[in-house]
Amino acid sequence: MSALEFLLAGTLAAALPLLLAALGEMVVEKTGLLNLGLEGMMALGAAIAFICVYHSGSHSFGFLAASLAGATLAMLFAFLVIFLKANEVASGLAVGVLGLGLSALFGKNYESLTISGLSEFGLLALSKIPVIGPALFTQDIVVWLAITGTMVLWFILNKTKLGLIIAAVGENAEAARAIGYPVGAIRCAAVAFGGGMCGLAGAYASTVYTPLWADGMIAGRGWIALALVVFGTWQTGRVAFGAVLFGVLSLGELTAQAIGVAIPSQVLSSLPYFVTILMLVAISRHRRHSS
Amino acid sequence: MKLRLIRRDEASRLAMFGAPVLALILTCITSLVLFALLGVPAGKALHSLLLKPFLSWYSFSEVLLKMAPLLLIAQGLAIGFRANVFNIGAEGQFVIGALCASAFPVYFPEGNFPLMLPAMIIAGGVGGTIYASIAAGLRIRFGASEILVTLMLTFIAIQALNYFLLGPWKDPRGFNFPQTVMFPENALLPLLFENVRPNISLIFGLLASLFAYLMMEHHFRGYQLRTSGLSPKAALYAGFNAPKMILLSLALSGLAAGIAGASEVAGPLGQLQRSVATGYGYAAIIVAYVGGLRPLGIIASSFLISVLYIGGDSATVSAGLPVAAVEVFQGMLLAFYLLTFTFIRFRVQIDRGVSA
Repeated sequence: MSALEFLLAGTLAAALPLLLAALGEMVVEKTGLLNLGLEGMMALGAAIAFICVYHSGSHSFGFLAASLAGATLAMLFAFLVIFLKANEVASGLAVGVLGLGLSALFGKNYESLTISGLSEFGLLALSKIPVIGPALFTQDIVVWLAITGTMVLWFILNKTKLGLIIAAVGENAEAARAIGYPVGAIRCAAVAFGGGMCGLAGAYASTVYTPLWADGMIAGRGWIALALVVFGTWQTGRVAFGAVLFGVLSLGELTAQAIGVAIPSQVLSSLPYFVTILMLVAISRHRRHSS
Repeated sequence: MKLRLIRRDEASRLAMFGAPVLALILTCITSLVLFALLGVPAGKALHSLLLKPFLSWYSFSEVLLKMAPLLLIAQGLAIGFRANVFNIGAEGQFVIGALCASAFPVYFPEGNFPLMLPAMIIAGGVGGTIYASIAAGLRIRFGASEILVTLMLTFIAIQALNYFLLGPWKDPRGFNFPQTVMFPENALLPLLFENVRPNISLIFGLLASLFAYLMMEHHFRGYQLRTSGLSPKAALYAGFNAPKMILLSLALSGLAAGIAGASEVAGPLGQLQRSVATGYGYAAIIVAYVGGLRPLGIIASSFLISVLYIGGDSATVSAGLPVAAVEVFQGMLLAFYLLTFTFIRFRVQIDRGVSA
């Protein structure tokens, strides 16, 4: 396989944990909250999924358990912020640190063990296209499910009443409360959803992408996902596009090799963060002018 | 029946001291249960975590060593937090401080630079200040969230660290390890005591505490900052300059983190290496909150968190506690503190029957 083919094939898989976590956080932020604990919820999901798959051999069970674990941890955030009105930033960090610690604690006896990944399969005709066929259209089932899920989420957020309610809660909580929407409950549900998605993201990282558990394996992907939400300006399609883009960049050195340029890999690795700052400036500026 | 939180007119003083203590007790109980479930002898673990650090001069001195950067960074952060300016990127400013300070010994490895140490500390402080001020500038000029900008800048700082350690600053005789040369004698901070590692950066931390105390509690500037945090509208009506508050908050916290970073390379590390970024910047956020964002409280909380670090190290050896347990402990402590803190500000009221 050439470097380019390798890159094409690896991109979607590398993008997937970012995509799942970012979409979850996007829904949280749409309801007007900011949960900084992504990294911890992903790590916990990763550890729990690995342990479950190791013992049961079932990936479905692993993913389910991971999403529950992520959602449970997220509920701690919801409890602190929504019910106790504690500081959002501190609560998010508490959840993040706790998740990282718990993942290492639970996963301690599972380091250096291995499990089997998931088999990949192609979309019939498309996978027959030379070069990009096998590279792009031969993926494991989670990738296909995630692509479908992204579309469903887009539909819900943009075309249904639920999507409108979520937007209303985020844009004007007082008004939403006045109309009679249970703002707290909707936010709770969003936070749980966000946590669940982070759990799934972690599960994919530890049981499919690289089927092994190692302490610290999330390696900052939670923070990238957080950046991604801003990069995607809280829109499903753009977040998905950004996930692929950041996925490519996360394969930094490999990318440099593929394009055949001699940029220090650190420059490539810091690009997502740099671009996110630029996006923040651009959006905030735009908002100021329009308001 | 419905539970409701009613804001207290005045925070109770008892609760202000009680909350962190209660949080610590709850954390201990919860972790005892958790450790027991994981098969770690719980009593032994707790003994190592909380008592061992006091049982020998050496381990106590290590607590003081850890305390220095945490205290320094947390004092800076707390100023901003009270003004509702959230610098989450102290880790990045710490790394930039370490990088700027290291430039001197890296380019003058023989130590033939006058005033080496002051130059390093100043460079670190200036570097941290400028780095944090980027976020202030973007917030003031464009309204970009300083939470996200400081966070993103942290990851860029870490990449910069990697770049220098793997490239131009790598010790040519360092067996390809990502680290610089060992710093010359005159690039190292004087030690406080003989034979143990704490250095005068602890004094920097205590000076920062004094400064924070005088400014926040006894100076008009502190009053302005606190008002901006408690009620931005009131601050606006009073004519306080909001951009100035943002810049001041971020610059001061960047300064503190930068000096802490410089002190780390000029202190226990004695060279620039990757492990300089071990998360002091994040831990300091926990320290600041658990200390109630008050200068005196932060002295206590930085000591407590340092005890946990050193205790955690010894517990890994003596009680077979995983290294991660310290993280769990810290996370729980913050979560429980936020929980108990709520009851300082609010009282719980039970509504029965007819709802409003």
